[in-house]
Amino acid sequence: MHSIRRHLVWLVVAMVGAFALGTVALSRGESINALWIVVAAICTYLIAYRYYSLFIATRVLGLDGKRKTPAHRHNDGLDYVPTDKNVLFGHHFAAIAGAGPLVGPVLAAQMGYLPGLLWILGGVVFAGAVQDFIVLFISTRRDGRSLGDLIKQEMGTVPGMIALFGTFMIMIIILAVLALIVVKALAESPWGTFTVAATIPVALFMGVYLRYIRPGRIGEISVIGFVLLMAAIFGGQAVSQSPVWGPMFTFDGKALTWMLIGYGFIAASLPVWLLLAPRDYLSTFLKIGTIIALAIGIVFVAPTLQMPAVTQFAQGNGPVWSGNLFPFLFITIACGAVSGFHALISSGTTPKMLDNELNARFIGYGGMLAESFVAVMALVAAACIDPGVYFAMNSPAALVGSTPEAVAQTISGWGFAVTPDMLLQTAKDVGETTILGRAGGAPTLAVGMAHILHQVIGGQAMMAFWYHFAILFEALFILTAVDAGTRAGRFMLQDLMGSFVPALKRTDSLPANLTATFLCVAAWGYFLYQGVVDPLGGINTLWPLFGISNQMLAAVALMLGVVVLFRMKRERYAWVAAAPAAWLLVCTLTAGWQKIFSADPKVGFLSHAAKYADGLAQGVLIAPAKTPEAMARIVFNDRLDAGLCALFIFVVLSVLVYSVRTCLAARRAHQPTARETPFEPMAAA
Amino acid sequence: MKATGASLAETGRYLRRSLTQSLRLMVGMPDYDTYLSHMARTHPGQEAMSYEAFFRERLEARYGGGKGRCC
Repeated sequence: MHSIRRHLVWLVVAMVGAFALGTVALSRGESINALWIVVAAICTYLIAYRYYSLFIATRVLGLDGKRKTPAHRHNDGLDYVPTDKNVLFGHHFAAIAGAGPLVGPVLAAQMGYLPGLLWILGGVVFAGAVQDFIVLFISTRRDGRSLGDLIKQEMGTVPGMIALFGTFMIMIIILAVLALIVVKALAESPWGTFTVAATIPVALFMGVYLRYIRPGRIGEISVIGFVLLMAAIFGGQAVSQSPVWGPMFTFDGKALTWMLIGYGFIAASLPVWLLLAPRDYLSTFLKIGTIIALAIGIVFVAPTLQMPAVTQFAQGNGPVWSGNLFPFLFITIACGAVSGFHALISSGTTPKMLDNELNARFIGYGGMLAESFVAVMALVAAACIDPGVYFAMNSPAALVGSTPEAVAQTISGWGFAVTPDMLLQTAKDVGETTILGRAGGAPTLAVGMAHILHQVIGGQAMMAFWYHFAILFEALFILTAVDAGTRAGRFMLQDLMGSFVPALKRTDSLPANLTATFLCVAAWGYFLYQGVVDPLGGINTLWPLFGISNQMLAAVALMLGVVVLFRMKRERYAWVAAAPAAWLLVCTLTAGWQKIFSADPKVGFLSHAAKYADGLAQGVLIAPAKTPEAMARIVFNDRLDAGLCALFIFVVLSVLVYSVRTCLAARRAHQPTARETPFEPMAAA
Repeated sequence: MKATGASLAETGRYLRRSLTQSLRLMVGMPDYDTYLSHMARTHPGQEAMSYEAFFRERLEARYGGGKGRCC
């Protein structure tokens, strides 16, 4: 009787959630309130956390609260510190939540909000949160080692090296795609450009202040920095309206690309305390604050969703990115559903601070649920703006034209009624001259956030402020990621190249560092430039590459989970990791195959290259290329992207082969072969 | 009555402390007091770093090693 009563309250939660989800899924024709989505998501998370994560914790992994964690074993007060689980949750969440969960759902909204929502909820419960949890567990039982080390240890050196190389390439693509988002948001926008540029002197001032004036006073300088940022937003408004200053901060995409590349190189070469650290403080606190503000805004305003539940683009042929729902939806939304990059965080600083192994459930599984909620909010923000405006912002000019009249006509023809006046008015509301052709997620999300937040604070007059606040907030942490990512890439590169040229491995040598930094910046800069000049908007090319590689990394992490479960002799529970790994393999391999070989030039790199190569051979120009050289460049880039896709497929397949071999060997063994740090009991408190 | 008041104040202190610690740990700065008590407990002979030195050490550890973070 008692045990039934314990489940009763959860039954109510489940019923509320099912009712909300049913309302979201079954409403056709009439627009529904965003709160239904919020309720459906929260109930799903609660049930999944209460039951599925408990099942994984007790049955599958067998968490042991009496086992000494690395934080206790190696306690040094610095890296290894037993930390309160709520405090550590904040740390972990701040490390995993970035631009990813905000951008993917916005791009996926072209299919309507329902497919994206279902994948976010299903994906996080059965794949994303499972991955984060299992990797955190594996790393905690092995002194907090990194993913690369864990793969080496449990599968062998070769798969370890392959995974490391794959991670480096993913990093390059991520940096390119993040930088592309900033370029798309700031092109022809003096307000945005000034505001984002102003963050550099603000961060430099903070850096000097923290180093020499009041060392280590993070709180007070962050407040000062925040005030300066808000002043920069108002300054940007003044600049954009000034006939003298406005044009000085108006740049096209190519100019911004070169600036970003130069910025990336200089920023990654400066001492960390000067620019990277203070910018990181600002972006982290702003990120957390904005996420909370958005949550409050959505609950308070309770916006109505304007986007249909499912649009005709669920059949494929969407303007933002091409390809069918399967497999492309599942790679477009990565962070928020399942993201391979989290495996690097879960095997990074977090396992070194776990106070008790039992907390891995709350931090690993729970932390990912929280990130998933951020993705749901981004989806809501994108779905509550007018669909016509959404498609106008996200469709490339080559498809819909470049004047408000042409764009409005094309998009109305798709069935999303919109007038040129609406497009001009939206641009005016947010303080811009145009909102057309701003694919990439950030501007769309900014319009959505402005739409929600201006109803809470400021009214219509503040809409432009909120728009640029949202742009600033995204650009700020993307620039931090570009800086930190270039440094991380540099270290990986020095590590990899050091195997061949030992002199390059020395991280204290300035020429070696500058060479590696240059190579790193050149690599992502190349893809960024390619994306900016891409007539189909760049996102169409780069985002699938990012999605495929990121989901493949997730598959690799989950395969590691399967291997470890086999080696622990818990193979009867291996499906918990094997099922999502198989699903990700099916999605990413299909998507990778289609990106290379699809006969549709909008999807397949090779057929797109062939189209332009034929044109070259016959001496005809194919729009939007204007010269034979431009066409030759398109052909080369397409083949390069196809090669990259093939490389990712090779990486994931070889890890698969090694996983299967290791699992079979583990099955034959008579006792557990997992290489955990030997058990030591937790000291009595 | 008094007991509730005391526990309320205690809860408030705990919440404030946790919040500050969370915000600082989000940017890679572990708790300095925890570090000090760790040094006093396990390395009584050694001199602990000053807060400024601790701050610099942690800053280098977070950003110097080139650790990646999520997208």
